[in-house]
Amino acid sequence: MQSSKAIEIWVGLFVAAGLIALFFLAMQVSNLAELKSNGDSYRIVARFENIGSLRVRAPVSVAGVTVGRVSAISFDNQTYEAVVEMRIDPKYDTLPIDTSASILTAGLLGEQYIGLTPGGAEEHLTDGDEIELTQSAIVLEQVISRFLFNKAEGGDKGSGSNDGGTPTE
Amino acid sequence: MTGGNADDEVLVSIRNLVFSRGSRKIFDGVDLDIPRGKITAIMGPSGTGKTTLLKLIGGQLRPDSGTITVDGRIVHELSLGRLYELRKKIGMLFQTGALLTDLNVFENVAFPLREHTKLPESMIRTLVLMKLQAVGLRGARDLMPAQLSGGMARRVALARAITLDPMMILYDEPFTGQDPISMGVLVKLIRDLNRELGLTSIVVSHDVEETASIADYIYLISEGKVVGQGTPDAIRHSESPWVLQFMEGLADGPVPFHYPAPDYAADLLNPPA
Amino acid sequence: MLALFQKLGYTTLSTLQKLGRANLFILHVVTGLPEILTRVRLLLVQVYSVGVLTVLLVSISGLFVGMVLGLQGYNVLSDFGAEQTLGVMVAASLVRELGPVVTALLFSGRAGSALTAEIGLMKATEQLSGMEMMAVDPVKRIIAPRFFAGCLSMPLLASLFSMIGVMGGYFVGVGLLGVDEGAFWAQMKSRIDFYDDVVNGLIKSAVFGVIVTWIAVFEGYDAVPTSEGVSRATTRSVVYSAFAVLGWDFVLTALMFGGD
Repeated sequence: MQSSKAIEIWVGLFVAAGLIALFFLAMQVSNLAELKSNGDSYRIVARFENIGSLRVRAPVSVAGVTVGRVSAISFDNQTYEAVVEMRIDPKYDTLPIDTSASILTAGLLGEQYIGLTPGGAEEHLTDGDEIELTQSAIVLEQVISRFLFNKAEGGDKGSGSNDGGTPTE
Repeated sequence: MTGGNADDEVLVSIRNLVFSRGSRKIFDGVDLDIPRGKITAIMGPSGTGKTTLLKLIGGQLRPDSGTITVDGRIVHELSLGRLYELRKKIGMLFQTGALLTDLNVFENVAFPLREHTKLPESMIRTLVLMKLQAVGLRGARDLMPAQLSGGMARRVALARAITLDPMMILYDEPFTGQDPISMGVLVKLIRDLNRELGLTSIVVSHDVEETASIADYIYLISEGKVVGQGTPDAIRHSESPWVLQFMEGLADGPVPFHYPAPDYAADLLNPPA
Repeated sequence: MLALFQKLGYTTLSTLQKLGRANLFILHVVTGLPEILTRVRLLLVQVYSVGVLTVLLVSISGLFVGMVLGLQGYNVLSDFGAEQTLGVMVAASLVRELGPVVTALLFSGRAGSALTAEIGLMKATEQLSGMEMMAVDPVKRIIAPRFFAGCLSMPLLASLFSMIGVMGGYFVGVGLLGVDEGAFWAQMKSRIDFYDDVVNGLIKSAVFGVIVTWIAVFEGYDAVPTSEGVSRATTRSVVYSAFAVLGWDFVLTALMFGGD
């Protein structure tokens, strides 16, 4: 058995190492650093006809830079649309009011995320605003079936921008 | 049968004790009296539950029926807190010493003081060295239990048993497996400690000579009953053939040499089918 | 036939009895907590022998598990052209599953078996009984510090395992196989959630710590006090710990990650 001082030092080192490891897992491996700024982030909403396999916490990016996360997904009983709520980092508070949102896929089989394309309006999106211009997820089966039954489907249904803005809240 | 020391004050009194392990009855109506300030020996062949008796007195086991009174209190009716209070006044010397293997000799002897008192370190040191001096092992204070011989381990355990200045010490087979010198040391220690500290001692043993040389009174137990009692002299001159066989160490007698078996000749002639 | 039923009944009854004893025992151990908080030294010494002495084993195992994950993950993911997600795969496997589970199994082999053997031997050499006769409760003085030291050490060890494992995966993936460093960390960061993955992994390791240490100290305390009894108890301690950890891992995983 070692002297009591040595034991104390070893135990101290052990506990410190364990806590550093935990800190590493929290800050470097997981998204805690991003979650922390969630408190003062602002919320915007978008409606999509089809969100594909979009999940809560999927990234929201502008020009490839992640500016926020999907915070909630719900279904509107009246319009049969998916309501996606996003939290945007307050650093990026100059998104124009006519920004459009589309659901994109990272890589061929990657996860789905929301890409925002800024418009040209003077006014900025603020907390609780809704994005009017949305484009649904591309669902692989639909793309394939459209390709196969070229005539049956209207060409502008899936690829054209879907006017998701509905007056009913 | 009641104890023969009615004139002395009785510290431990056992009445009609019945205790069994599984279906085996270890004690079947034992009566004992341990007088204050004396050395009382409890002797008997191996396997008669002598150690069990010490555990019953210390409250580690509960009797099936009968009563065990220590210092006026019925042991198995005490609450745990009261029982622990009582145990602080009882030292017990286990057969193996039961020293804590991760502490050195000094810390082992200091253990009861550290657990039960808030004495300053200097006082603990003084007390521990005094107790170690009493058993002649002051110089061995830094050794670990694994480095001690069996006899030394028992002496350390004895020093530990007297650190809280108990009123009574229970010795479990203190002489077993000792060479003549450490046997002599232990005999001397038990006798001297008992006299100088005014202790009451209960020695459980089957070493006839050593035990008889220090005991004031002897109980002989066999098959769950007290089969003989008296002063060492009285026991030695007992008429009972069982007592004689035990004291003299005869191979055959009331305790037969042979384990119960069918007739020898018949057994040899009739091999099992 | 009747004997068969009798044996079944006996086994059931004695198992239930043992479970009951184990539960009463842990209640007794937990009542020792206030005493430990006033004598932190007792706990420190045990954290040393249970935790610190297991660090090396856990670190080396974590490194190799991480490196193997890096290699295997790369082989599978590069077939789909998705080697950028290697970091996610390595980190998710470690933080959610391998960290808590493998650490618990290693912990039971290294520290749990040692606890069982130590306590069993203390019982066999009458040290526990001797303590009782010195009016010291061995459950509070001997068992409780060991139990709480185990519960405290396990989450720390599992975190270490996961961190070193991620490092190992990084060395192999980025260092040897040439996965893009930025993608490795960025994908990991965006896909591993602090609450769902890290905190749940931590909860798992804490639960495993309680289970493994509980089994270890109980088997030691309940051992038949002979050398054979102690050796059997040590074996049982490791075997039961493995079963309990894997079984509870399923339950906890189903509760935490199942039914998303």
